[in-house]
Amino acid sequence: MPLLEAQHVTKRFGGLSAVRGLDFTIDQGSIVSVIGPNGAGKTTFFNCVAGFYHPEEGQILFDGVPIHRLRRDQIAHLGIARTYQNIRLFAKMTAIENILVGQHFRLHGTWVGAILNTASVKAEEVTSHDEARRLLRFVGLAGQGDVMADKLPYGDQRRLEIARALATQPKLLLLDEPTAGMNPAETARMTAFIRSLRDDLGTTILLIEHQMRVVMGISERIAVLDYGEKIAEGTAREIQTNPRVIEAYLGSGGAADVPGQEKGQVDVQPETGS
Amino acid sequence: MMDTAVAPAAPDATVDWRRVLRVGLLGGAVALYVCLVGMVEVFQTRALVTGVITLGQTTMVLAGVAAAYLTLRGRAMDRRSAALAGAVAGAVAGAFPAVLVVLAEVVNLRAMFLHASPGTTAVLTVGLGVAGAWVPILALAVVGAVTGLLLTAPAAIQRPATAALTALLLTGLFAGLLRPPLLASSVTAGIGRLLFASDGLTIVGAVTVVIAVIGGRIAMRRASLRSRVAALPPARRRVLTPSAVVALILFVVWLPHGVGPFFAQVVAVVALYILMGFGLNITLGLAGLLDLGFVAFFAVGAYTVGLLTSTAEYGIALWPFWAAVPFAVLVAMAFGAFFGLPILGIRGDYLAIATLGFGEIIRILAGSDLLKGLLGGPRGIINIPRPLEVPPDHLLAGPIQIYYIGLVFALVVAFVAIRLRDSRLGRAWLAIREDEDVAEALGVNLVQTKLLAYMLGAAFAGLGGAVFAGLLGSIFASSFPLFVSINVAALIIVGGMGSIPGVVVGAIFLIGVPELFREFSEYRFLFYGVALIAMMLYRPEGLLPSRIVQRELHVPDADATAEGNGDGDGQDQPSRLAPDAAG
Repeated sequence: MPLLEAQHVTKRFGGLSAVRGLDFTIDQGSIVSVIGPNGAGKTTFFNCVAGFYHPEEGQILFDGVPIHRLRRDQIAHLGIARTYQNIRLFAKMTAIENILVGQHFRLHGTWVGAILNTASVKAEEVTSHDEARRLLRFVGLAGQGDVMADKLPYGDQRRLEIARALATQPKLLLLDEPTAGMNPAETARMTAFIRSLRDDLGTTILLIEHQMRVVMGISERIAVLDYGEKIAEGTAREIQTNPRVIEAYLGSGGAADVPGQEKGQVDVQPETGS
Repeated sequence: MMDTAVAPAAPDATVDWRRVLRVGLLGGAVALYVCLVGMVEVFQTRALVTGVITLGQTTMVLAGVAAAYLTLRGRAMDRRSAALAGAVAGAVAGAFPAVLVVLAEVVNLRAMFLHASPGTTAVLTVGLGVAGAWVPILALAVVGAVTGLLLTAPAAIQRPATAALTALLLTGLFAGLLRPPLLASSVTAGIGRLLFASDGLTIVGAVTVVIAVIGGRIAMRRASLRSRVAALPPARRRVLTPSAVVALILFVVWLPHGVGPFFAQVVAVVALYILMGFGLNITLGLAGLLDLGFVAFFAVGAYTVGLLTSTAEYGIALWPFWAAVPFAVLVAMAFGAFFGLPILGIRGDYLAIATLGFGEIIRILAGSDLLKGLLGGPRGIINIPRPLEVPPDHLLAGPIQIYYIGLVFALVVAFVAIRLRDSRLGRAWLAIREDEDVAEALGVNLVQTKLLAYMLGAAFAGLGGAVFAGLLGSIFASSFPLFVSINVAALIIVGGMGSIPGVVVGAIFLIGVPELFREFSEYRFLFYGVALIAMMLYRPEGLLPSRIVQRELHVPDADATAEGNGDGDGQDQPSRLAPDAAG
């Protein structure tokens, strides 16, 4: 059984169908990417999975459980965590506090317990801080724990956002353009890091990307969206040679080019809107 | 005048006359406003230094100082140009009240401006009438020139002079607070009479203050106390800190006895507001829920205690005060849950409006005919027993016991607030304050978490209300106006959002200080407005910000407050670069 299964998902905004009849599956332990031109509906689909939007039609099953009507926190409890295209850290909290918020729902201390500072609360705080420090080390932010999140360098903020998502111990991690705004060296490091997430932690990853180099390098499977519909799905090689994909990216006249090369430069600006 | 000053280059003899004129005009407009709203005339009743200068005249002098200071701030000039520029700015500012004096003589302005009166004219012209219209111009020019000289003076003169003048202003303002404790003891009564008249400092007192401040500074420099404390071995320093804490505790315990019966009531009210501030600090400071209906739960707590303990008509149980308090807390908490559930899905400003409505609903319901049979309507509930029944000359009589009870409860609430802030729940609250969508996507249940913050805030408001009922002994619907909510929210904002010491400072500053100027209470909200605007402009994170807020709001313009101290240290600070986090 696939970990995530979207069946005929449609999301409309007024008269516009941002996502139309989308079928999509993600297997346990894989890295799957969604690509497409600006406004193709990638982030909208993402938001449907994470509970930020509720689709008008179709259903989304996670581990066999329908999640398309659940609240965001319920979806998080089931094991889906996400990052954001424009980094959304808790800016006025320290790095380690950000991670601790990610652990929130797995901790059990009550407010009465917190006031009385009971033994179980104390023990829980110790283990949660240990785990937060471990996550900081894992994403390469050891020693930065007491820095305000908005004072971290840009690349570190991306990593911290991933660490915060990992703190929920997700089965599925949704990464929304994790390399947006990064230079080639940073991008290469982030790509390696994403692969290590799956290899070391076994987390299944769904990735939205604009930079083809990232997508082609690490995805087992790629889905291409255009105007809210899936126009192609397959391995990197299949996608690169698919005429419909080339047409969607370059227009009907530019079929000679392959999206993995020149187009990567054209499309780096972040998608706005949907 | 709001732009942060440019760091001065080499001293420059040329004066920017347009700036001088602009700031002078602004200062004049402020001076004119102050005259027209009557502050000059009303403040005339109180002296800063008896027989020398009144508070009314002080406001005018301060307008001149402000005009000159704002003109010269951040500009490097030689002494003569600075004095000249200050004098001109002061004179321009002084021209406004001068024109007012003439106009008030020629035209009858009193139809519109009640305070464009002979009384105001008398203050402005030191009693010369319209023939003395030149007085404010000259006076403010002199004040401006002196300010200019002071600003360009070497630090060895500038700092003690500024400190002495500030001390003079403060002791003069708070003479009414400082005098009673001195008079209370026969040993110090003579000193009290020597230094303070009934309405301000005596001349001897003024001279003493100036000498004491300057002498104190010189002595401090000789001893350089701070560096010697720092140089002490850690073991000795560890002794110093607890002794300071003990001194502080003794002072807090002594305070209501020392300040006389009227101020005992004031400090009791301050203690009550500190208690409520700690409560709202959880809702507003930590969880970021702007609750302007705080007074609703305050009223619920007070009425619960009233109903349960009153020996008069509407009392239903005749419980002792202490049995009713926990019950009042629980009832307020239940009301918090009842109100919170339907509205906590609303965000930000809308929540403020909805809670504002609740506050009013409770107040109006309490005073309505509908609940008259239950709550006494406008006649209220009377004969609420004191928490501690003691004879009137007892150490804990009257408001003094409320002060202690309020403080003890405040300590408990502060303890609870600190424990919660550092817990898993406190982090969830902060996360909701920062970005509730993201917090929810991380698995934080928004309704549950927000409701808990709201209910705890309500519970502490109820506790405050219970103490309040014990303080007054009778409660009426009119005891719970909107301003209670606004006061509590304002003291948190002024003190520093989420900061525990900030609440204490905010309560003293916004509740305690205005009580000392009760005869000028019509200007209380003007004071509030000016204080809040000044805070937003110069210290948006509050007077005593919590660690977290302080770190982030100030980095890009770290010179703003250093500039405000006016001692020229601002330029020497290394410019800290804000990390570029823009996506």
